[in-house]
Amino acid sequence: MPADEPIHRALGLTDDEAAAIERILGRRPNHLELAMYAVMWSEHCSYKSSRLHLRRLPTEGPAVLVGPGENAGVVDVGDGIAVAFRIESHNHPSAIEPYQGAATGIGGILRDIFTMGARPIALMDPLRFGPLSDARSRWIAEGVVSGISGYGNSVGVPTVGGEVVFDDTYRDNPLVNVFCLGVMPTDRLVLGRASGPGNLAVLLGASTGRDGIGGVSVLASAGFGDEDDADKRPSVQVGDPFEEKRLIEACLEMLDADLVVGIQDLGGAGLTCATSETASRGGVGMDVYVSEVPRREPGMEPFEVMTSESQERMLAIVEPDDLDAVLAIAERWEINAAVVGTVTEGGALRVLDRPGGEVLAEVPAASLHEDAPLLDRPRAEPADRAARLADAADDALPPPDDPGADLLDLVFDTSWIWRQYDHQLFLNTVEGPGGDAAVLRLKHPTTGADTGRGLALTTDGNHRWCALDPRRGTALVVAEAVANLACVGARPLALVNCLNFGNPEHPEVMWQLSEAVDGMAEAARALSVPVVGGNVSLYNETRGRDIDPTPVVAVVGLVDRLEAPPPGVGLVEGTRLVALGAEPDTLSGSAWAWRRGHRAGAPPALDLEAHRALCELVRELVADGLVLGVHDTADGLGPALVEMVARSGVGAVVRAPDGAGHRWLFGETPSRFVLAVDPAALGEVHRRHTAAGVPGALLGEAGGDRFVVEGLAGPGVDLAVAEVVDAWEGKLPALLGHGTTQG
Amino acid sequence: MAAVVGVVVFPGSNCEHDVAEAVTALGGEARLLWHRDTSLGGVDAVVLPGGFAHGDYLRPGAIARFSPIMAAVREHAAAGGPVVGICNGFQVLCEAGLLPGALQKNAGLKFVCRPVRLRVTAGDTALTRGVAVGTELTIPINHFEGNYTCGPETLAELRAEDRIVLRYVDNPNGSVDDIAGVCSEGRNVVGLMPHPERASHPLLGSTDGVPLLRSLLVTAGAVAA
Repeated sequence: MPADEPIHRALGLTDDEAAAIERILGRRPNHLELAMYAVMWSEHCSYKSSRLHLRRLPTEGPAVLVGPGENAGVVDVGDGIAVAFRIESHNHPSAIEPYQGAATGIGGILRDIFTMGARPIALMDPLRFGPLSDARSRWIAEGVVSGISGYGNSVGVPTVGGEVVFDDTYRDNPLVNVFCLGVMPTDRLVLGRASGPGNLAVLLGASTGRDGIGGVSVLASAGFGDEDDADKRPSVQVGDPFEEKRLIEACLEMLDADLVVGIQDLGGAGLTCATSETASRGGVGMDVYVSEVPRREPGMEPFEVMTSESQERMLAIVEPDDLDAVLAIAERWEINAAVVGTVTEGGALRVLDRPGGEVLAEVPAASLHEDAPLLDRPRAEPADRAARLADAADDALPPPDDPGADLLDLVFDTSWIWRQYDHQLFLNTVEGPGGDAAVLRLKHPTTGADTGRGLALTTDGNHRWCALDPRRGTALVVAEAVANLACVGARPLALVNCLNFGNPEHPEVMWQLSEAVDGMAEAARALSVPVVGGNVSLYNETRGRDIDPTPVVAVVGLVDRLEAPPPGVGLVEGTRLVALGAEPDTLSGSAWAWRRGHRAGAPPALDLEAHRALCELVRELVADGLVLGVHDTADGLGPALVEMVARSGVGAVVRAPDGAGHRWLFGETPSRFVLAVDPAALGEVHRRHTAAGVPGALLGEAGGDRFVVEGLAGPGVDLAVAEVVDAWEGKLPALLGHGTTQG
Repeated sequence: MAAVVGVVVFPGSNCEHDVAEAVTALGGEARLLWHRDTSLGGVDAVVLPGGFAHGDYLRPGAIARFSPIMAAVREHAAAGGPVVGICNGFQVLCEAGLLPGALQKNAGLKFVCRPVRLRVTAGDTALTRGVAVGTELTIPINHFEGNYTCGPETLAELRAEDRIVLRYVDNPNGSVDDIAGVCSEGRNVVGLMPHPERASHPLLGSTDGVPLLRSLLVTAGAVAA
């Protein structure tokens, strides 16, 4: 930095923000105070660019116990059980140091869940990387997968699903999102707030070091340039899953024994965030003693102690009488426990060098949160929007010469990734990764009693639809998630979102974000899926180029009677193939069109009321055992059929309706499903879809050793099942299975 | 009276509740034992469950073998009591010298979580009593260090004494002689990499772990009686 640059700018604060801090304090802030505001008012912690828009999301529903704003959303699932869930991004750290970036992302999301009093039982990882033809993207992909495997398996929480997308838009800026769900007895909901002046703030877990200082402001709140990225590596934290495992067990034991009045994880902005958040939520103040914080290294400055993002730490608020019991549990699990502060009257957060010592900083705790800037950044729709929407792929691209080859090009088996993840721990996993949605047995967290019901989880995103039209694209993403739940017989309960966007200082990006929020709100309302939490990741840009807007949603649903595994994405010999729902109205935004360089047109139309009826129908057909294989066609009907063939090894002969072209095969819509139905059940399926007013058509028959599509206008498809299986299975191992090099 | 199975919990263990759930479902009684305990409290059998005891730091099992409870486990084993180590537990038993050999990184240098086909190759052990030799089972594995290795003399001994309890049908990790599980000379201590508790309920895709766990309960029951 230039020698004459004011210190607030070096810390990432604007001149306006520095002036606001001075107004709040009524004096010039000192260095420590500036450092504390800098991390708390960073984009990552304050949501200053997005908060204004997020208010438009519907957040209420009959089952919602805790909505956005806490560490995780919490939903009542009956039988005295609540589930807490959240999704976060660790995009920037993963771009710099893939293994630790992904690993610490898991550590952070787990703490958000057990902070609420819930035992984490499932992780999911929606991942987006550059093309695997690019060596650096392979290095990032392999590092991220290894990091998830290394940390998630060891910490003892199964990874039950996720997604992976490879696209040029993520070449230098991968998206590493992570979702976690935990279960708790409904009556044990804990909120991260301090109360009771005189109570003690106990720091649990790892020692505090210099790792991750400024992580939120240096990494997560700025884009990437050319040369300086390697210099950012020290801002990436280092994870220790064994420390986290002991921390989880110790904290849950303390909560079981009713020994804490409030608890908060230390994530971005470290101790500053945890102390000020708990104090301001509880309407109290806190004195924090720097000398009492266990350190990993000597010579640390107070601002380093207060802003370090060292992992695997929690702050518990404990009544003095319970301190000994808390320390005993910490000793049993071999974790540090140190009283680092005291809850005080009033609302001041004071940092002292030692108990009774010099006051190093004194700020209103609430000002670090509530007075954070709220920006209404300029928004502008792209100047060429109308022209681009009118440029449909259907008109612009010639039909395929060999649709079979094009189909094989689009599909791949993801098991190379998820076989590296423990996806079975806790004996809950009925449907693991690779299907439309994961299905877990729902057991009571304390008694272990099986409810006979299931939880269903899915994560979804689609940058292509959202790049064409962020509003409709995002609505389609929510619709796809609900469709995925229907495939496993589940009703949606609630969603959390991770909004991955580019630089908010670019008006077009802010327009995308605002539109995406509106699209999500429309779909969430129409499909009755309240939004109970979210995370915003901005500055996903490299050298001034923003990523395609990529809102990712995770939707949690319920299976009312879990008596058998869901039918799954597959075919059964001798079944009839039925399509429910309508053909999409466009090829625009499809993977097929994108692969051919056509990135324009309007994404597929979406009728939310019709979609709701369709998903409800499919859910009932699955729940009533009338379906032996099922897949949605959000990736297109052709790719859906190919996947069903590949996963089951069973062929199919499919007849396109008269006049159908390649749009019928490659066009994408979440509002159409392929079902494999026993001939004896065909009448009942027909009766039900007719009664529901849902269009349906007989596609053909499953069986044999070939996958054939006849009746298309233009060349048809005729592939050997063995060829389909090889193409599908072989892709990731061929690209990633033999080691990688850093590009 | 139900046979009592003690499930040892090291810091970093994570399959203890799963083993307890599966044992309980089969009519046994499961009791969790803390690694710092010095007594087994009169249990009939001991299971060292899967997970990452002490974070697998240094080497899987290398620190856990020094936990205070291991002296009691050793005594129990010496007295002929049934002891089963699953996955990380197998690694601990090898490090503790209760079973021969060692488990090194998988040949593919990746963590592997998937169902594998196994063949029961030795009967009359704590885990295979009443299970016919030659029976094929499908049970998940979940490990990075499951590649069993031992010296040629040990391997010859294991073969000669019929102590290779389970073999992989399609070797997933490079284990010598396709070994998935071995037992002690007394046949009461058994270590295996696959997780029988993960194949113990119809909704989990396989119930092939049930005969193995039932054999453990029968063995433990004989001790109890």
